[in-house]
Amino acid sequence: MSNAPDDATRVGLFATCLVDLYRPSVGFATARLLEAAGCDVDVPAAQVCCGQPAYNAGDRANAAAIARQTIDAFKGFDYIVAPSGSCAGMLRHHYPDLLADDAVYANRARAVADKTWELIAFLVDVRGWAGIDARWPGTVTYHDACSGLRELGVKDQPRRLLEHVDGLELRELDAPDVCCGFGGTFCVKYPEVSGAMVDNKTDDILQTGAGTVLAGDLGCLMNIAGRLSRRGETVEARHVAEVLAGIADGPAISGVR
Amino acid sequence: MADQQTSLEFSRNVARAQSDADLQSALEKLQRDTRLARPVITGRLPEFEALRDRAVAIKNHTLAHLDHYLEQFETNVTEAGGHVHWCNDAAGARDTILQICRDTGAKTVGKGKSMVSEEIHLNDFLIENGLEVVETDLGEYILQLREETPSHVVMPAIHLKKEQIATTFRDHHTELDPSRPLDAPSDMTEEARIKLREKFLAADVGITGANMLIAETGSIVVVTNEGNGDLIQTLPRVHIVIAAIEKVVPRIDDALSVLRILARSATGQEITCYTTFATGSKREGDLDGPEEFHLILLDNGRTKLLEGEFRDVLCCIRCGACQSACPVYGAVGGHAYGGVYGGPIGAVLTPALDGIENAWTLPEASSFCGSCEAVCPMRIPLPRLMRRWRDIAHREKLNKAGTRRGLALWAWAAKRPKLYRAGARIALSVLRGLGGRRGSLRRAPLAGGWTAFRDLPAPEGGTFVDQWQKSRRTQVRK
Repeated sequence: MSNAPDDATRVGLFATCLVDLYRPSVGFATARLLEAAGCDVDVPAAQVCCGQPAYNAGDRANAAAIARQTIDAFKGFDYIVAPSGSCAGMLRHHYPDLLADDAVYANRARAVADKTWELIAFLVDVRGWAGIDARWPGTVTYHDACSGLRELGVKDQPRRLLEHVDGLELRELDAPDVCCGFGGTFCVKYPEVSGAMVDNKTDDILQTGAGTVLAGDLGCLMNIAGRLSRRGETVEARHVAEVLAGIADGPAISGVR
Repeated sequence: MADQQTSLEFSRNVARAQSDADLQSALEKLQRDTRLARPVITGRLPEFEALRDRAVAIKNHTLAHLDHYLEQFETNVTEAGGHVHWCNDAAGARDTILQICRDTGAKTVGKGKSMVSEEIHLNDFLIENGLEVVETDLGEYILQLREETPSHVVMPAIHLKKEQIATTFRDHHTELDPSRPLDAPSDMTEEARIKLREKFLAADVGITGANMLIAETGSIVVVTNEGNGDLIQTLPRVHIVIAAIEKVVPRIDDALSVLRILARSATGQEITCYTTFATGSKREGDLDGPEEFHLILLDNGRTKLLEGEFRDVLCCIRCGACQSACPVYGAVGGHAYGGVYGGPIGAVLTPALDGIENAWTLPEASSFCGSCEAVCPMRIPLPRLMRRWRDIAHREKLNKAGTRRGLALWAWAAKRPKLYRAGARIALSVLRGLGGRRGSLRRAPLAGGWTAFRDLPAPEGGTFVDQWQKSRRTQVRK
């Protein structure tokens, strides 16, 4: 299958529902980075969503059913890696809580939690890998998505890898760690509050003068890209994995084909 | 009270907050100041994280032995000449306070800042019963003139700009020269100081809250930046303290540990200008102090919280850090939450105080960004507690039927991966068709909440999982 040796680390790629549906190129970028870091990658077909929409809406029964399904879909891997701090955080921190009283799945949930990683943190912290072979001529800015930052401690890792991208200049946001207002179903439940938050984020992005905004979570990126597009701005939004994998040559999120 | 907003109308309150330009500029300033201050305070104190852990351990230990420490506290207050009144609910506390005022023949009550007195709606009650009540904290005094409630736990008038406060003073202090300058904050504080000085001297009873109660000594701790808390507990003949039962800590040492994180988290100060420890009534030989000292120990739902899954919220020291850091609070301010406490702590406490059926909208008003938990000195897992309220609201079917139906349909499909994939293929081709060559949609079916403010990025086409399967099959065949 892959070019990795037989005893290579087996990684189950959890694409997340948004990447699966909206931006397959992020999934391919993820696979490419993982393979470059010496992993044997597979994408179980039975994966759907991590269950956060139900979990955060208070529907624990459905969230637990989806969690059990995800756990079953990812049997037999050394690691589960997702190009999203939010979904990786769900598996890592919330599955054990959600399934704590499940006689069969409580242990499995803890085992899954222990081997689940956000992509960039996995590359840097677990694989100790920095073999970036990518070129991106231009200025970018970086938004720290909330769950990755505060649940998983993803902060320096993407910046360390971006340093290796040929031609790329990073200009920091004034408030990189402030929420963009996505918040899953929050953005449609309270669109006015979410709209004010993404407007602040958009203002911050524009004042950097960067041509592209990067982040590690597609939910935030779709929110930011959607607002930039609505405001008629030309700044592009991309998942950081696309740039790091050197495949950011297609249209940006919300970009013109 | 000038048109109090309700929690259930949160969405409407949002619209009102967003159309208030003064409020928006005040909130922007708060957020900017908070963001700049925090790294400075925590950076200057290397042991800040360890202090947080210590404070959490103190609170957890105290909560585990709450009955013991409260009884020890009562014994020591009584020995120091004070009286402890145990009150189960707001009505009980109000009646007790009114009775003390009547017994002492009081006409005028001066108050220090106290959120728990807001919680039991004390001022209105005392005024209805014929007493004059004067707030002596500057922010609270301004709000009393304006007939408003605090919008922040430690900065009650943070929603106002200084120009609005100047107007309020001109409207109410009509005996003063109308042409006097009130441009600088110092002009206004000086004016308030003169007005309040009369009130301090006239007050028969002083009512304050307490930041902490110390079991081993029977002392109360009050922190302020204006010194009003000291005047109002020493000048009047009677001092009444109202405090909720979770304010107790075992020892003076414990209080000092909590104090080290309190001001830093609240206002970015290392310590407040005034930190006062007071014990009981005036003793023989004391130069000042109240002749009578009463302590109202209020439960108001705390014992119930102690038993259940919301116990951690009893660790709250009312610093307001979660409010200052919250981007939702930053967009709408404290009044939009409708309850006594706004922001993340309000989203957890208000359903407990007012009933989830009257406040289920508040725990929903969070993007779960986690800023509140990150700054909370007591490490209260506020997002987790908000999610617990959402669980209850969902179970009791309090949230919108449309939301529930949409979610149920999605979950039904998500639990059937093959069907989900088939549905996704159809949905993607529709969306891609709608997106056309523009790359994004200005409108999409069932996505009004999204497209009110944002375009909907069009999907690239085909799911990742389908494409992966296909590409790998091709590779294997090669």
